Amino acid sequence: METGKQSNRVIVTVLGKDQIGIIAWVAGRLAEYNANILDISQTIVREFFTMIMIVDLSPATIEVAELAKLLAEEGQERRLQVNVQHEDVFAYMHRI
Amino acid sequence: MKITFAPEEILQTIEMVENENLDIRTITMGINLLDCVDEISRMEEKIYAKITRYAGRLVEVGEQLAARYGIPIINKRVAVTPVAMLGSRLGTADLVRIARTLDKAAKAVGINFIGGYSALVHKGFTDSDRMLIDSIPEALAATEFVCSSVNIGSTKSGINMDAVLKMGEVILESAKLTAAADGIAAAKLVVFCNAPEDNPFMAGAFHGPGEPECVINVGVSGPGVVANVVRRNPGADLGELANLIKRTAFKITRMGELIGRAASRELNVPFGIVDLSLAPTPAIGDSVAEILENMGLERCGTHGTTAALALLNDAVKKGGAMASSHVGGLSGAFIPVSEDSGMVRAVESGALSLDKLEAMTCVCSVGLDMIALPGDVGAETIAAIIADEAAIGMVNKKTTAVRVIPAIGKKAGERVEFGGLLGGATVMDVHPFSAADFVRRGGRIPAPITSLAN
Repeated sequence: METGKQSNRVIVTVLGKDQIGIIAWVAGRLAEYNANILDISQTIVREFFTMIMIVDLSPATIEVAELAKLLAEEGQERRLQVNVQHEDVFAYMHRI
Repeated sequence: MKITFAPEEILQTIEMVENENLDIRTITMGINLLDCVDEISRMEEKIYAKITRYAGRLVEVGEQLAARYGIPIINKRVAVTPVAMLGSRLGTADLVRIARTLDKAAKAVGINFIGGYSALVHKGFTDSDRMLIDSIPEALAATEFVCSSVNIGSTKSGINMDAVLKMGEVILESAKLTAAADGIAAAKLVVFCNAPEDNPFMAGAFHGPGEPECVINVGVSGPGVVANVVRRNPGADLGELANLIKRTAFKITRMGELIGRAASRELNVPFGIVDLSLAPTPAIGDSVAEILENMGLERCGTHGTTAALALLNDAVKKGGAMASSHVGGLSGAFIPVSEDSGMVRAVESGALSLDKLEAMTCVCSVGLDMIALPGDVGAETIAAIIADEAAIGMVNKKTTAVRVIPAIGKKAGERVEFGGLLGGATVMDVHPFSAADFVRRGGRIPAPITSLAN
């Protein structure tokens, strides 16, 4: 598995009840730290609002761990579960 | 850059971690200490310096990786060259000093266990082996993080029954020295047959003589994930079920492979193996017993348990083997009692006996693990339990182990608490009939004819 070896791309996942301003909030935070959103998808899976973003942290001024903590905490206030994980997790688990 | 993962896949991964206790159980760094041999105080310095140099960033890197990938990494550990191999000039008092040095180094680098206070005596004792084994009770009682293991048999060499009897005494003595803490020293001591040299799991991890200078081995976990897959498919026949478990084991093991490779890269240490064991924890829902019960057993330990476990163990291996470039260690389902809430419940309800556990170890990894025995158990009885388990390993060409804890001052049915990942358990009964004359015969049980494979 060579893909993403040097990459700094993370998957941001937001789960919860649909509400106004979710994307604005996440995108705003990412812009603040100079993180580049590469793609967004938004869907309803198993009755959950699900937003998945692929974000490039190469130009960013924040580390993945810090970003994960920040978004998870702010997400909690909005009753949203936010996960930030390096894309390799999904590549390894679901792709051969 | 398009999102190339289906939302279902991403959500499945998140659910495994958030709700099903998927984690990396351990990143274990193996470190060769053979070059530290010297006179005792120089040796202490060298060992301390080497462990803290090699493993200095282990915990930090583990935490970084956990954050980057969003997968908890529960334990960071170190395994060292079996201390008995570090020279025969050391007396028991010196060896206890080495144990204290290991403990100090473990504390300095922030790991929660260091393994390798070990001896390999499957064919016989060196002087150094004897010294080390004699020192085990004191070494374990005097330290917090040190784990010890002794290999007393192998398919190739048979079973060293003198060592078996000796280990019965050592286990009892270890428990007695730490009776106030429910015999915790015995929980850090494993007796093996066919011990693997690259096992990342404690208490049995050591850095075998065939290993490189330094290596990273990873142990995965995930009974909760498998339990949920089984629970969600009540209509699946056993062939389908095996397939579902295989797929799940594949995914779990891939995480181990990912973390192992990343840790190896970050630490600039070669990647050894992924141990694809299903390792339970006392947490609710992280139980191997629960998987078996979800397959349709009213309680783990009843008739059918061995068959269910055989299916589970095989499916985990088949799925896991495909997911990793190098599989090693113990690689199978663990059935420790005190560390598995479902096993504890099965013992409490009278469904699971020591004899059934022994039968179960024929079809899974590893052996009679984390079992509390009555405090008045004799060393010969413990030795006979070890001999039985070693015989299963020897004949079936597999690793078996015994980690039993005599609960000093307690009887069958009473509780012991070890705390943390080690959990707590109900004391199990042993047979009242003596095997003393058998185990006191000594000598070696010859290797089985099946060992003549050349």
